This record gives sequence, C-alpha cells and structure tokens, in this order.
Amino acid sequence: MIQVEHLTKRYGPKTAIDDVTFAVEKGEVLAFLGPNGAGKTTTMRILAGSLPATSGTARVAGYDCFDQPMEVKRVIGYLPEIPPLYTEMTVTEYLTFASRIKAVPASQIANAVDQVMQRLGLGEVRGRLIANLSRGFKQRVGLAQALVHNPPVLILDEPTAGLDPKQIIEIRELIRELAGSHTIILSTHILPEATAVARRVVIIHEGRIVAQDSQERLSARLRRSEKVSLMLKAPPPDARDQLAMLPGALSVQQEDANTFLVEAELGRDLRDDLARFTVARRWGLLELKLVTITLEDVFLRLTQEEPASESVLHSASQEGGSDTGEVQV
Amino acid sequence: MSPVGAVVRKELRTYFASPIAYVVAGVFLLLLGLLLFLPILAISNQSLQMLRLQGNLPDINLNQLVLRPAFANMAVVMLLLVPMLTMRLFAEEKKLKTMELLLTSPLTITDIVVGKFVAAFSVFAGMLALTALGTAALGAIADLRWAPVATAYLGVLLLGGVFLSVGLLASGLTENQVIAVVLSFGFLLLIWLFDWMGQLVGEAPFGKLLSYLSPLGHFDNLVKGLVDTKDLVYFAAAIIFSLFLTHRVIESQRWR
Repeated sequence: MIQVEHLTKRYGPKTAIDDVTFAVEKGEVLAFLGPNGAGKTTTMRILAGSLPATSGTARVAGYDCFDQPMEVKRVIGYLPEIPPLYTEMTVTEYLTFASRIKAVPASQIANAVDQVMQRLGLGEVRGRLIANLSRGFKQRVGLAQALVHNPPVLILDEPTAGLDPKQIIEIRELIRELAGSHTIILSTHILPEATAVARRVVIIHEGRIVAQDSQERLSARLRRSEKVSLMLKAPPPDARDQLAMLPGALSVQQEDANTFLVEAELGRDLRDDLARFTVARRWGLLELKLVTITLEDVFLRLTQEEPASESVLHSASQEGGSDTGEVQV
Repeated sequence: MSPVGAVVRKELRTYFASPIAYVVAGVFLLLLGLLLFLPILAISNQSLQMLRLQGNLPDINLNQLVLRPAFANMAVVMLLLVPMLTMRLFAEEKKLKTMELLLTSPLTITDIVVGKFVAAFSVFAGMLALTALGTAALGAIADLRWAPVATAYLGVLLLGGVFLSVGLLASGLTENQVIAVVLSFGFLLLIWLFDWMGQLVGEAPFGKLLSYLSPLGHFDNLVKGLVDTKDLVYFAAAIIFSLFLTHRVIESQRWR
C-alpha cells in the first residue's frame, strides 16, 4: 500500500532524512519511532504530498506522491503534528469544510460528518467553537478531519501528543479499531505507544532508519542472554556468591541490598530453580521476574553509539512494563 | 461543490465571523459618505453665493464636480483599507498551520488562490454596492448622467481587484499580518506613484511605460466615462499577474 524507496530530503545543507526505505502492507499499522527531530514528520509530510522530496520515490496506493499528488491526497487522511484547526469555526462547520475540500460528494457530507463525530465522541461539542475546546477535543477534531472522507490510508503524526492517559487509551483503541480496514502509519517518540498499537516498528534516528522489524524480532535480535531479576527480603551477606553457585547461572550482579540480577545462557529459564533455591534457604523471596528486552532497550542500543549499560537496561525495562506510562526518550 | 466554491464559502464565513469585514466596510462607508457629502456642500455654498452676486444659478455638472472627486478620493480610501481585507488570507493559514490541511487535501494551489481572491472580491463588491445607496440618493434629487456613473463603478471594482490581488500576494509572502499590510500598502503606493514618476520622465518610452503601469490613469479614464479596451486589458492583466505570482510564491514555500 505504501512504498518508500531511497527517500532523501535536504533543507539546504541539512539532511532531514537520508536514504529512507520501507514498505507498509494493506491493513498494517506501522509505528515510526524516534526522538524529536529524527525525520519522522518530514517523511510523513512527503507521503501526505505537502512536501516534495529531494530524491527517491514515495508511492501510496500505487500513486507517486510527487507526480500524482491529487490521487494520493484523495486516498490519504493526514493528521499533522499540530492539528490544522480553524478555531473560529464550530466543530460541525469545520468538518463540513474538510469534507468539501476532500471531495466527499455533496449529498453524503452531512452523513459523513455525523458518522465521524459519533466515532470520535464529538457529538456533545458539535456546535461549539473549536477555539473553546480542550486539548483532547481539539486533537480528536484533528483526527476527525483525517477520517471524514474515509480514506484507506491514514498518516498520523503524533496522534496522542498532549493528551491525558485516558484520552491516550481511547485514541489507541480507535487506531486498533481502524487497523485492518485501513493502512496506518503513525509516529511517536513514546515507546509504549509503538508497542501498544503497531505490530511493526521503524526506528529512525538522525534521518536514517536504524532498524525496522516486528517488536519481538527486534528484541530477539539484541538479546544475548536470559536475565532474571530477584528481590529478597533477607539475603545473607554472601548471597551473591551462593547464587552464582547455582547450576546454569553465568553471572550474578547485585543491584542493591535486596535485588540481584542473574544471567543465564540464551534459552535457559532459571526462574523455577531460583525459586526453589531461595525458598529452601528461607531468604524471603519477594519477587522473581524475567527481564525482557523492551523497545526502550532496543532503541537505546540502536541510537547510542556505545551500548547501553546494564543498569540503564534494567531500570528502563521496569518502566516499560506499564502500558500507559509515558516514557520519553 | 467545486473545490474553489468550498474555499470561497469558508473564506466568506471567516470574514463575517470576525469583526474585520464589518469594521472595514463600516469605515469605508462612513468615509465615502463624507467624501460624497462635502463636495455637495461646497457646491451648494458656491451656488448660493453666485445667486446672490449675479442673480442666476450657474449651470452645474454634478458628474464632473461631485462624483469625479468622490471616486478619486474613494481610490485613496481603498488604498488604505483594502489591504486590511487581504492581510489575513494566507498569513493566518500559515501561522495557524492550517495551510497544511489545504495542501494535503485534493485541492490545487490555483483552487486555493482563486477561491481566496473571489471571496475577498465578493466582500469588496458588497461594500461597493452599499455605497451605491449614496449615489442613488443624489440621483433622486439631482440631475445625474448614469452612464459615466456606471463606468466609474466599473473602474472602482477593477481597481479594487488589483488592490486585492496585490494584497493577496503580500499575505502569501509572510505569516505576519502586519507585515502583509505594510507590504501591500507600500507596493500599492509605489505603483500609484508610477503615474507621477512617468510624468516627470516625460514623453520618453520609459516615462510612458511607467504611467501605463500605474493604475491611476486607467482608473481616471473609466471615472471620466471613457471605456477603452486598453484600460480593461490593463486591469485584467494586473489581477491575473498578481494571482499568478501568488501561486508561485505558495508553490515555492512547499519546498522549504
């Protein structure tokens, strides 16, 4: 549905994106992940037809974004980073205008506007001036604008930016709902967001794609060993050495007075052994968990030149566990 | 609805949702009313004096003595007020980032430029139609020749078109409305002065060219009741050229 090949955009001497290549299948959700200024918005604006590329090609639904911009614009719905709202209009007026310029047939405009308002829960504010709406409603009106002509392709630039956790969950649910019937590209610098809605992730850093794959395969690629985190109520002073004696344990690190990190070779799960071992010695087992490499770890490893230290990995993985918490990179 | 129609409707909606159109039209009509009334007052004073001194009323040509100066003054008022109608058109879209919505919708830049121009022109034409009330009132109590009045209105309409298209271009160049007003005012005054500069240069081809480029002479011909294709071509060309430049400016901004 979307093919991007060797796309490069330079602003004068500054290269915004450099030789970017990726593809999105029909019905797929792809998350663009990268710190601010990595080139996410530039790529999306090129796809949306508002910015010409310096070189390379971008095709949406078979149409070239540069040579056939009209056809491309008809099949996409685009939500820019800053929602393009006419604040002196009411929600209904704004969406009516949006559907007119997006070539919705005149007889279907009222219906299309009603449907999209219902879908995004805008019914209660339909007659209010956009200027007086809260940030969350404004963002939803921006999203409604991208959906009103029911385009097969959605390009959403930071769709949850500035929303509160409840609204973030609502928008994510909406995106999941739209997936399948729509092809979606969304950008984010919030890691849990990418995992929450997208099966495939493209990590972009300083204008270049540093990795693109499913989340599982990205973490598998970087995993070199299995790690188990262990929290004990009353470890003896030599607990670290005793744990290291456990068959299968390659190394043991002490994180703080009560927490230990036990490393085993790839494919070996030590949790059961560790549970028996500590319970038998009455060390007061409080917590035992497998440390999985999260997208944060992947991200940090790929975007930092030197590998992230173990402690960074560990603390990052704990934060990544909560689905709605915003962890900003 | 055609894409141009959608843009026109949206712009008209915006004009009347904000006080801009009302304020500009109100000030325009107030000044115009005064500019029509003052020459009438002056003439009636003169006539009374002559009646007392000579015992008879002079033969007065109202078209010549009242309407011509009124239309000339109207042009000066337009020079000041018309940029206020156009300053917002592109500058605000760029500032609020709504330009992105227009540029990623299936609209051509021509649709956007023409739609905005047509909306501003409609508002201006509406303002002008209201000034016709004053002229009609004068016609009801005095003897006016209507043909030159009609051509004078055609002249004002076309002159307004030139001013609006230049103002639209200025708005396209910046995202600051104050800069848009200053640019359009400066540019309009400059082409206004071309006429004077041309006269100073004299009969040389360059002097004639300067005079031709100024809207003043073409406008004056129409106010006098002289309809010449040369003048009509000038106005049409000036409007189309400004809109074309606006198109290029907006197109080039996409690349940055």
